[in-house]
Amino acid sequence: MSEKTTKAVHYTILTIIAICFILPLVWLVLASFDTNANQALKLPTKWTVSNFISVMRDAKNLKAFGVGLVISLVQATIVVVVAGLAAYPLSRYRLSYKKVFMYIILFMTALPMIAVIVPVYKMFLNLGMLNSIPGVILYLSASSLPYGIWLMKNFMDGIPIELEEAARVDGATTMQSILRIVSPLMFPGICVVFIYTFSGSWGNFFIPYILLSAADKMPASVVLYQYFGQHGAIAYGPLAAYSLIYALPSILLYIFSQSYMSKGFTMAGAAKG
Amino acid sequence: MTKPGRAMTIKEEAKKSVLLLPALILLIAFFIIPIILTVYYSFTNMALTGANAKNFQFVGLRNYTKMLADKNMLKSIWNTFQFLVGSLLGQTVLGFLIAYFMKHKAKGFRSVVGPCILAGWVMPEVVVALCSLAFFDTNGTMNTILQAIHLPPVKWLYAHPMLSVIIANVWHGTAFSMLNFQSALDNVSGDIEEAARVDGANRIQTLVRIIVPCIKDTIATNTMLNTLSTLGVFGLIWAMTGGGPGTATTTLPIYMYNQGLKNFQLGQGTAIGMVLLLVGAVCSVIYTKVLKTED
Repeated sequence: MSEKTTKAVHYTILTIIAICFILPLVWLVLASFDTNANQALKLPTKWTVSNFISVMRDAKNLKAFGVGLVISLVQATIVVVVAGLAAYPLSRYRLSYKKVFMYIILFMTALPMIAVIVPVYKMFLNLGMLNSIPGVILYLSASSLPYGIWLMKNFMDGIPIELEEAARVDGATTMQSILRIVSPLMFPGICVVFIYTFSGSWGNFFIPYILLSAADKMPASVVLYQYFGQHGAIAYGPLAAYSLIYALPSILLYIFSQSYMSKGFTMAGAAKG
Repeated sequence: MTKPGRAMTIKEEAKKSVLLLPALILLIAFFIIPIILTVYYSFTNMALTGANAKNFQFVGLRNYTKMLADKNMLKSIWNTFQFLVGSLLGQTVLGFLIAYFMKHKAKGFRSVVGPCILAGWVMPEVVVALCSLAFFDTNGTMNTILQAIHLPPVKWLYAHPMLSVIIANVWHGTAFSMLNFQSALDNVSGDIEEAARVDGANRIQTLVRIIVPCIKDTIATNTMLNTLSTLGVFGLIWAMTGGGPGTATTTLPIYMYNQGLKNFQLGQGTAIGMVLLLVGAVCSVIYTKVLKTED
């Protein structure tokens, strides 16, 4: 095969794969603007935004988006703060257990936590924490904490220690130097951890599905499942509109984090060497 | 002299470690204790409600021997295996092909194809399930395509439920492999490829003999991470098929949920969890080992 035909073959294969990958989402977008949407991929006979309006007018949906937002925001904040604090000694001090600790953390990042959900349920039952949103937030925080600590420590390692030493000479405490010096310098890293954690819990279906039971406490992911998972008559138009609204934060945060990352971490620039 | 010196360092270390406390408390309460409980419960006959909820006993390995004799358990292990192998193969092969073909292609083309692949990855799990349900529906996109090329339509979710959930999972997960392989391929020096070409190696020889060995660590870590995330898939299958029809797509997480939380057999559900946890732990150890040698 000549170089030219090889290239043509590559372009063709990639185009076909890309089309296959995007088709399910094309359906989703078209269905959301269709007054009589069904499972089939088709252009709407009549374009409409009424699906979106009906989704947003429903108090139950608004509540679900609100609950999801609260869970994800609080959880991501907890993870950033707790992982940030934990990263400081791991990054700055020489500790005898550091290597083992980081090894365990890395090991924990990879464990399939779904495996322990049955005892977690029992534990929450005994503690009276079932059907409690704070309980869900705490559990989600703990399960994203290992990865959060891992990322935070690596970001913090990239920040030169000299600035802190200067501040320490001027009498700054550890907390002051974390808040005033380290945090601003590693702000991009903090954003990455925040976005990653937020998207993770915004998309999480399993944990709230298991640990919550009251209908008015369900976040967006569980409510969406309830709309189509119980094999009733499915209103595809509103469902597609709901899905798009629900997916929007994940999409936007991904795009935002990409443009943020590509600017690069120019944190080393703070220390003039 | 050594004794007070050591005492000082322990005290000092403790002082320096204070900031780790909130993380430790959270991790112990909601990460370590659940794992310990999983091991513990799996040796008991605990039930979620009824007499055995409070007065449970140690039953030794009974949950495990019961598990091995349980036809449904063996079926769900087999299902998990199919789901795992199918997903891994699909995600790895597709992810690599896309990354490999995309290298050195026009930037405009890459910036169209890339987002098409990434879109399915960025979507939340339940949205992926909904799109896949519609896609594989009798009137869905898949059958529309089949009819367009004059093939008979198929009732995907009834005739090939496992294949359907595997494809859905591959759709959702391929972008992760693609990204991993893209950055690995970027690090393969063009000089080596060039040298192989000059020596008369063709494209496939270069790929197999030069490129694949260069990125074998990435292949290993990528496979481990995909294994771990595939083992943890619950929502996608649950929302698409509920584990059915029958038990056709009941993987271990779904069987665990059914036994432990729906049939209230906590001990048994936990024993299934232990199997998942052990497989996960082994993969996780391999993953950390490979990652270590990579540095």
